[in-house]
Amino acid sequence: MVSLLDFESAELEAIRKRAHRDGIGGEQLDGALEARLTEIYRNLTPWQKVQVARHRERPYALDYLQWAFSDFVELRGDRRYSDDRAIVGGPATLNGRSVMVIGQQKGRDTRENIQRNFGMAHPEGYRKAERLMRQAERFGMPVITMVDTPGANAGLTDEERGQAEAIASCIATMLSLHVPTVTVVIGEGGSGGALAIAAADRILMLEHSVFTVASPEAAAAILWRDSAKAPEAAENMRITAQDLRSFGLVDEIIPEPEGGAHRDYPAVAKAVGDAANRALDVLLELSVERLLEQRYRKYRDISFFLE
Amino acid sequence: MKEIFKRHPRYAQAPQDFEALPDNLWIRCPRCQELLYSKEHEQALYVCSKCKYHASVSARERLAITLDEGSFSEHDAGMRSADPIGFRSSGESYADKLTKYTEQADANEAFLYGTGRIEGQDVVIGVIEFKFCGGTVGAATGEKLARAVELAVERRLPLVLVSGGGGMRMQEGIISLMQMAKTLAALDRLREESLPYISIMVDPCLGGTTASYAMMGDVNIAEPGAYIGFAGRRVIEQTMRQKLPQDAATAEFLLQHGMVDMVTSRAEIPSVLARLLKIYMAANPSRERHLVGQLA
Repeated sequence: MVSLLDFESAELEAIRKRAHRDGIGGEQLDGALEARLTEIYRNLTPWQKVQVARHRERPYALDYLQWAFSDFVELRGDRRYSDDRAIVGGPATLNGRSVMVIGQQKGRDTRENIQRNFGMAHPEGYRKAERLMRQAERFGMPVITMVDTPGANAGLTDEERGQAEAIASCIATMLSLHVPTVTVVIGEGGSGGALAIAAADRILMLEHSVFTVASPEAAAAILWRDSAKAPEAAENMRITAQDLRSFGLVDEIIPEPEGGAHRDYPAVAKAVGDAANRALDVLLELSVERLLEQRYRKYRDISFFLE
Repeated sequence: MKEIFKRHPRYAQAPQDFEALPDNLWIRCPRCQELLYSKEHEQALYVCSKCKYHASVSARERLAITLDEGSFSEHDAGMRSADPIGFRSSGESYADKLTKYTEQADANEAFLYGTGRIEGQDVVIGVIEFKFCGGTVGAATGEKLARAVELAVERRLPLVLVSGGGGMRMQEGIISLMQMAKTLAALDRLREESLPYISIMVDPCLGGTTASYAMMGDVNIAEPGAYIGFAGRRVIEQTMRQKLPQDAATAEFLLQHGMVDMVTSRAEIPSVLARLLKIYMAANPSRERHLVGQLA
């Protein structure tokens, strides 16, 4: 049984009550509930999408590694300082191709979340990602990343170990790789901590995922010194997959199963695997020169200004 | 008669409110609260005589401090934000705010760049303008940054960027975040051309600015006492739920932890730059490539 978000349960409860009053039940009630759910998910507001993207039953990177990829072997550690469990990665097979997969990983429960720091990476997480990218390049393996983080961790020890440098360096490395790169935003893409592993040849986003310059809470704190205004920030900042597609920043939106990714793991994993595979089919046809030139133009041409 | 018995203050007293003093005559150091005579403060390049705090200066003043007199030639001075996401907050539109920032800063954007000379050596230089929206990076800012890098590549000149500010500009949403990738992509081409990039970080230098081009200098220089980092002090204190010590996440802290090459006072920066530029530009990168090729 899937847990309902507040905005879902309020609506569905109302239908159930009405059905009970009118003596309706069984299949007819199920049909009504399902129809309403579909409608709700077709008209999600940006703030509701944030909640869906953060749903605690939403599939995470390791779930996609289980359902969409095969032969995954996790590699750990940055070879510099430590291993960050907020980022997972290693080689795997996708549709017969060897690929390097790197993803941000949230925890399912409190214990795991402490271990994985709620998907907020430390510098060593980004350095591990960079290490795996370089390794992938050496073996000619395409890199597939999965973005799902509220942002990079912001503590004093992170500053000591160079959080800013780790992120900058990871982006720079990803931009310079001589192998194709595909990013799938599977949940929330928060800030530079997300972009660190998202500067790819192709950026794909799940239908109800979001990508923000700062998490709505952080943005509200910066703009209005009040993180409680996060819903307002979400509504104003154009953060949905559909918004990003309209700006030309995202190459493809991957449709989610009715009622969101968390309601059907195998279906959403197949959609993600297929989409990544299609992107690779095109990218692997390009020479390294063409690949790097296209990638450079993709980011260089994100230009909105007046002269 | 009564006047004789009226109590007079025993000591001479300073006027109660300094605000009433003629404008701009005295300035209070924002860090140690010392009262500074503004003429002297200006001569000291806006460095507090007591605590040595390097107060923020406008982009024009920065250029005057750094470059040979009259050598600066600005590029793309008219470039400005197009308000890409049509941002509004509490009834006020970002477009209206932009007009205000332009007036406040007397600049069209939070960054200006061009060519100039440092002790006779040609450079491409770009400088942050704090007074424009806190020196944050929007799409037009990012475009100017990328063009500054490209100008250095085109003219085969070294690049000097004076970076700071609050990071990526919230009011331009995801478009501003993507400027991190854009500036880094441009810098990668500078690297390939073996042209030096010297990054000077000034107070405060935060967020996506630090986490992209500012940290990627071949040489990273920080001004004394500057707050430099990924997260601001307020954010770190919230995350850690404790007060930070005064020196945490400052230039000196970064030097100690290996993130910058040197902490250099404002007055000394031009001569350090001149020395670095001379050495790097006199090196012979094509010979270096040849050697690497032979080794391979």
